[in-house]
Amino acid sequence: MEFWHFSETAYPFLPPAETYESIRVQLPTSLMDPDQAAGLWDRYLREWQLADEAGLNVMMNEHHQTATCMDPAAPVVAGVLARTTKNARILILGNPIANRKDPVRVAEEMALVDLLSKGRLEIGFVRGVPYEVSAVNSKPVMMSERMWEAHDLILKALTTHDGPFNWEGRFFQQRHVNIWPRAYQQPHPPMWVTAMTAPSAGKIADHGHVVATFLTGLEGTRKVFDAYRARYAELGRPAPADDRLAYAALVYTGRTDEDGLAGAEKLMWYVKANKVPFHHVQPPGYTPYFVRASGLRGERSAYDFQSMTLQDMIDNGIVFAGSPDTVREQVENFYRRVGGFGHLLLMGQAGFLDHDETVRGIETFASEVKPKLAGLAAAGSSR
Amino acid sequence: MLTLTDERTGTEVSSGVVLDVTAHGAGATALLLSGVEGVRDDQEFATLLGGTHAVLAPSHPGFDLSPRPDWLDSVEDLAYLYLDWLDQLEAHDVTLVGCQFGGWVAAEMAVRSTARLSRLVLVDAVGIKPGSREDRDIADVFHMSRGELDRRTFHDPVNGPGDLTAAPVDDVLRIARNEEALACYGWEPYLHNPRLLRWLHRVSVPALVVWGESDGIVTPAYGRSFAEAIPGARFEVIPDAGHRPQVEQPERLSALIRDFSR
Repeated sequence: MEFWHFSETAYPFLPPAETYESIRVQLPTSLMDPDQAAGLWDRYLREWQLADEAGLNVMMNEHHQTATCMDPAAPVVAGVLARTTKNARILILGNPIANRKDPVRVAEEMALVDLLSKGRLEIGFVRGVPYEVSAVNSKPVMMSERMWEAHDLILKALTTHDGPFNWEGRFFQQRHVNIWPRAYQQPHPPMWVTAMTAPSAGKIADHGHVVATFLTGLEGTRKVFDAYRARYAELGRPAPADDRLAYAALVYTGRTDEDGLAGAEKLMWYVKANKVPFHHVQPPGYTPYFVRASGLRGERSAYDFQSMTLQDMIDNGIVFAGSPDTVREQVENFYRRVGGFGHLLLMGQAGFLDHDETVRGIETFASEVKPKLAGLAAAGSSR
Repeated sequence: MLTLTDERTGTEVSSGVVLDVTAHGAGATALLLSGVEGVRDDQEFATLLGGTHAVLAPSHPGFDLSPRPDWLDSVEDLAYLYLDWLDQLEAHDVTLVGCQFGGWVAAEMAVRSTARLSRLVLVDAVGIKPGSREDRDIADVFHMSRGELDRRTFHDPVNGPGDLTAAPVDDVLRIARNEEALACYGWEPYLHNPRLLRWLHRVSVPALVVWGESDGIVTPAYGRSFAEAIPGARFEVIPDAGHRPQVEQPERLSALIRDFSR
């Protein structure tokens, strides 16, 4: 099994939530102090570096117009990590390619980061969370179709080496695609795509990319993984190896259970601080109209974490927290319940979990849990 | 889920496009193009208009019960679709009435061909951008709470759908489907065609532009700009009405159209 440290690089120093309507999209940057933000970036980058030194891989993502994530440009931070880490694989999860207007530029960025890291990049793609359709002016209708056309164009751009090709698709047009530089890894860096529900898994399986789930818990994750496996079976391929399946959870490993839970309590900021009005959570077209209709009628979605306690989230496999033995058992249990998986993405920092606490969590996991999970799944590349 | 119309239950227009159509009244043909509120909310108005016209009230592909083929995703497609339909019907001297989003479609039809039209009526239409790049000419309906949406859309918010947690399931399904369709056709550029203002001078039939005084989505000033771009267009303001006069003041609006049609 491979392990990846992740932080969403928040700016948590905000006034009380009652004073604003939404933490995303419209929160003014008058609330952000540039010195404090720069200081936060010093520590977040150092934490990724320490994860590398401790033998973990690193993962980052991007979000737009939100205090929950100060990174609107994952390739930029990936470029930094390419030079500040030595051994870690570097996963962007992911490039929001249903929102990015220029897929060829995405391919260029990925090729460049792969060179800067001498071949340690793993390229993740996401559809993009619903909140951002306003933030990036991205049409919430036909996002899947846009994402896959962008994916196809990026893949072709990364793997074409005999000169320009034409692309006049439904959503993207560029008549002379010929990116320089080319990527370091051949034929291309490994690719990952996130899926939150079963229907999204099929196309990911078609391409043999890693399917990544994010805080989907025991049941939700099982459904996605099963759909991925079913598609392999439909295509007549042998069952996918564990390294095709990835899961992201909030994880804090303390010296004791009490210590671990205290750290996890601080990680809960990630879900508790996500104050966002309905019109940003369910823009029209992002989900099928009858799903949005349920939301309009006040029915709660499966991923409404606001009302869950820390224990609920632990019981559901959304949080792994406690002493090293406790965390190991939780991961092993999760592994069994979802039929196996090969990548654990550890959201090991959020909100007010400070630098020392974060580093202790990373190092305790790396030294006390990781070695004991070695037998769980054969460590392997993402190819 | 809603049960959409199909080739058996609907009206086939261009091959592959099926519309759910309701018809009202008798007289000279009127084609009524609704906004995102959908045909049911406009029914009272359509019935009144039916007193003097044979009203055809389709649901646009993607709205209410009309299916949307995957390829049909622009207002220009809708304009040609309805022009095709008028050709199919061999209609003539049609009074084209477009409300809000339907007004944008009606304007796009009229700049292309008025051959089968006798009159154009636009009611709080969207479709143009008279202001400059940092002006928000059209309020962003995708970016506001339901409460703010009702307040801006209606002179009296009680005329709106209100608390959706207490509304009938079917109503909410229609609202959700219609808002998705509006996003499909009008996300970017936002609810307008940047070229349309330039070509409105092509409208060669008498035009009436009607505006609700309290319209909080597109103001009466926006409406005036629309009317000024259409040669000889009349501009009328209806008091005690917001963005949807056909819902809040159906008698006043149908009387205006009746006078205009004489």
